Amino acid sequence: MNKRMLTQNAAFGMFWLAGIVAVLIMAFVVGYIFVKGFPGISLDFFTTSPRGGLSGDGGIYSTVVTTFYMIVVTLTFATPLGVGAAIYLTEYSANTENKVVRKLVTVARFGVETLAGVPSIVFGLFGYALFVSALNFGFSILSASLAGACLIIPVIIRTTEEALKSVPSGYREGSLALGANRWETTWKVVLPAAFRGISTGILLSAGRIVSETAIFFVTLGGSYRVPHSLMSGGRTMALHVYYLAMETRAFDKAMSTAAVLVGLIIVMNLTINMITSKIAAK
Amino acid sequence: METEVTRMQAEDYSLFYGQFKALNKINIKIPANRVTAFIGPSGCGKSTFLRSFNRMNDLIPSVTTTGTVYLDGKDVGKQDVVELRRKVGMVFQRPNPFPKSIFDNVAYGPRLHGTKNKSDLAVLVEKSLRRSALWDEVKDDLQKSGMSLSGGQQQRLCIARAIAVNPEVILMDEPASALDPVATLKIEELMNELKNKYTIAIVTHNMQQAGRVSDYTAFMLTDENRSGNLIEFGATKQIFTTPSDSRTEDYISGRFG
Ligand SMILES: Nc1ncnc2c1ncn2[C@@H]1O[C@H](COP(=O)(O)OP(=O)(O)OP(=O)(O)O)[C@@H](O)[C@H]1O
Ligand SMILES: [Mg+2]
Repeated sequence: MNKRMLTQNAAFGMFWLAGIVAVLIMAFVVGYIFVKGFPGISLDFFTTSPRGGLSGDGGIYSTVVTTFYMIVVTLTFATPLGVGAAIYLTEYSANTENKVVRKLVTVARFGVETLAGVPSIVFGLFGYALFVSALNFGFSILSASLAGACLIIPVIIRTTEEALKSVPSGYREGSLALGANRWETTWKVVLPAAFRGISTGILLSAGRIVSETAIFFVTLGGSYRVPHSLMSGGRTMALHVYYLAMETRAFDKAMSTAAVLVGLIIVMNLTINMITSKIAAK
Repeated sequence: METEVTRMQAEDYSLFYGQFKALNKINIKIPANRVTAFIGPSGCGKSTFLRSFNRMNDLIPSVTTTGTVYLDGKDVGKQDVVELRRKVGMVFQRPNPFPKSIFDNVAYGPRLHGTKNKSDLAVLVEKSLRRSALWDEVKDDLQKSGMSLSGGQQQRLCIARAIAVNPEVILMDEPASALDPVATLKIEELMNELKNKYTIAIVTHNMQQAGRVSDYTAFMLTDENRSGNLIEFGATKQIFTTPSDSRTEDYISGRFG
């Protein structure tokens, strides 16, 4: 075997090892959480709410409800804005000669890139200052989902832009040549063609809402009761894990909640994979 | 030529991409119910010129024009662009059916222009698919995706889609260049049929094709500034046998291009 071959094999060997180690670490973390968490999971665990206090007694019912509310309300705010902005950026602004608009678009793009990299606690602080205090929404699902929307809008914009860009320009030309205007073309041809890509982005964002803690820590309050309206506070499952681990003795319950959380994330990612592999197959 | 009815016309028509002059003072009369072929080397502005007839160039922000293009004697620039594009349909080089059913592909234009009634649409779809010689191949399953058809079928679907809005003119930019010879032949036969009802302008790189399908031929060439000029326009027979410009003869006989 010559030297170049040897170098190549050594390099591949290293990469292989790195890959195995990474996978093992992941498997260990998930496995550990599942092994520790599963014993505490029962039907009761899902149907009763936490009882509060140092003991950490009770289940996770109210946190599941809050998580669900948070996903729905946040996406309700963020999806139209994010998808709308992406449509404007890819379908409209690219076709203008107007210097001011072009400048604004460049700034907007830069803003989106930057915001996507800002730590979530910063959005939390912003949400606290604006929604919780200044607008007087208090610690509530409303405040938290508005702050959450700020967090995920850049994600939705970026994924939607990618999805729109992957729609062949022939579709647009075909539609425009039949007398459709830009809006009709976007609505009837481009959006349906980009639907899977856009839904992937929205699901990714939903995953973000499920897994974030810092931002909701300062906007959602942390009440363990079942929320009754947009103005109720609450805690998501992820937040509940934090409270259980830091403020109660029920570390096992934290593990069980974490196991449910990881299970949920896995299901969401499988859904995303299913959607994207269908795109690839098309 | 003198006896022909003019469907479309360009008068001193120039087009700029920013500072670059792509078309230089083009004058031409496209006769109604005939097939007019545009030939010339790559980059001489054939596509650009074709896209001027349905104002597709409006979509490119840097484009400016001087001179006038007419449809039935009326300045296309002053017409409602939606109505213009209904009257002047277009078929592209790459077949570009929408990722929708065959039915919805053909019904797309009519729906856009206000036909909502289901049975009207069904009649229109069948008529258009028959005209584009695709009906027999797809009539059993109109709900099948347009994307699942072969390249040649897709192109005929695109022709059906253009026909469905009852246009006067159909512009075709190298409609067969992505197709195999059999599919190409089908499209060529189809053009022969279609010219009874429609005026057809086609861009092609294939001299034999231009000779076979067209009644008139326009030869374009770039000048020293890389601007496209119309060198010669006339009956296809005459252009191919006794061109009056030596550059036309050189191009057709394959001496350059
Ligand atoms: N969107 C555009 N922006 C700037 N320049 C363009 C644009 N489209 C075409 N051009 C230029 O205009 C000229 C004519 O292009 P056009 O596509 O009309 O040529 P063509 O005759 O159709 O060529 P081909 O036979 O290769 O299709 C070329 O020099 C081309 O580079
Ligand atoms: Mg071309």
